Amino acid sequence: MMLYALNMIQPVGEKPPPEALEKVMAELGVIRRDLEAQEAWVFGRPLHGPEASTVVRCRGDEIVAMDGPWTEGKEFIGGLMIIQVRDLDAALQVAARYAKATGLPLEVRPFQGGSD
Amino acid sequence: MTVEQVFREEHGRAVAVLVRVFGDVDVAEEAVQDAFAEAVRRWPVSGPPPSPAGWIITTARNKAIDRLRREAVRDGKQVQAALVGDVEPVEEGVVRDERLRLIFTCCHPALAPQARVALTLRLLGGLTTAEISRAFLVPEKTMAQRLVRAKGKIRDARIPYRVPEKEDLPERLSGVLAVIYLVFNQGYGGRDELAAEAVRLGRALAELMPDEPEVLGLLALMLLIESRRPARMVDGELVLLGDQDRGLWDRALVAEGQALVRRCLRMNRPGPYQIQAAVNAVHSDAARAADTRWDQILKLYDQLMVVAPTPVAALNRAVAVAEVEGAGAALAIVDELDLPGYYLFHAIRADLLRRLGRVGDAAAAYDRAIETVENEAELAFLKRRRSRLP
Repeated sequence: MMLYALNMIQPVGEKPPPEALEKVMAELGVIRRDLEAQEAWVFGRPLHGPEASTVVRCRGDEIVAMDGPWTEGKEFIGGLMIIQVRDLDAALQVAARYAKATGLPLEVRPFQGGSD
Repeated sequence: MTVEQVFREEHGRAVAVLVRVFGDVDVAEEAVQDAFAEAVRRWPVSGPPPSPAGWIITTARNKAIDRLRREAVRDGKQVQAALVGDVEPVEEGVVRDERLRLIFTCCHPALAPQARVALTLRLLGGLTTAEISRAFLVPEKTMAQRLVRAKGKIRDARIPYRVPEKEDLPERLSGVLAVIYLVFNQGYGGRDELAAEAVRLGRALAELMPDEPEVLGLLALMLLIESRRPARMVDGELVLLGDQDRGLWDRALVAEGQALVRRCLRMNRPGPYQIQAAVNAVHSDAARAADTRWDQILKLYDQLMVVAPTPVAALNRAVAVAEVEGAGAALAIVDELDLPGYYLFHAIRADLLRRLGRVGDAAAAYDRAIETVENEAELAFLKRRRSRLP
């Protein structure tokens, strides 16, 4: 089995209205239950927006924490799921369900050393 | 059979079998190379074995096992070294054809389009990296990196090595056909070996998926276009279909292509490649250019516009409209199309304007075509055409 991260790519700015969001959340719940039933679900959560981000970095010997995201962009990772499936085709099928439910693009990336 | 012939015919199959056995493209490729190197040493002395393909595959498998065992021992992985011995045996003679899986791996949509073409030529066609880079006019180092990256992605992202499931098959198959047709078109501009390779891949696919009409349609299309190769260039100059010496056409390829078109018609599941093949079959039917049944061709393009309404299809349809209804009607269609970067758009427009006596507009259109064309022979052709305007 292989581990894949599905990164949900979200545009900065407008949020969908609550009633639309409710429908999406219900749909996401269905997908999650399906994945759990197939023992493909590992982890998944939506993330707060970049306004809640803090960056920690080394400056010489000093550690500095700063407000804000790592890079300012038009898009950010709005949530991530980790799934365990047999190959890329299976991962792409799951990503397709998320893309359909949310209308957002997803980046599918394999974890290193994730196969057995 | 010489080693070279066996290499051409069997390289793809051997790599495909080895990929299944070892689950790794690099291991398979190296082992098959080692086996062919061994064949070059041995066959001239001892003569080719009764089943050359089986010999290559068995030898490659043994070479791969030796190599993996050596590496495992070197890295202190004794257990793994022992396990390598359990690789399933390959029976000489009856070798299951694994090429189909490998084609779908090489043409996987998760790979970059250029990488799909390069991998297909490398693994299935057995072309060297140097040959592929020459064909696509990129530096060898760039092509080598592209191949390494693609193979790395197959391994790391675990792009599966299998024929897609039924619901994905039509889409994935059309991706495979697009790769083969792209290779063929790369060869159209004079790089004969690529066209030949595309036909070879097309034949292999038709053998592996004989019930897929679009697979047969693509093969028919390539064969019919290929049949005109001897007539297409005369003294290094491009000759248009209407002006070609039809006696030079390869009749065997024409007959084979037309038989495939008839087989597609019986299957009655039309698709873009089949329809384009049928158009070419109509051209092949005409003993003289003047005998061409343009009415039939127009009907076929009407059908193509229903199943695959692309601007390029509309442009080709306009050429048929010019013959059936006149250049004016065709120009009206062409002027509605948005294909500014496509040299054939400008070339066809230029020809229609010429036929309508609009010489100045025709010259301007030829200039646009000359700016956008890439192929040398086509460039020379367009310049000649432009210089002949009154």
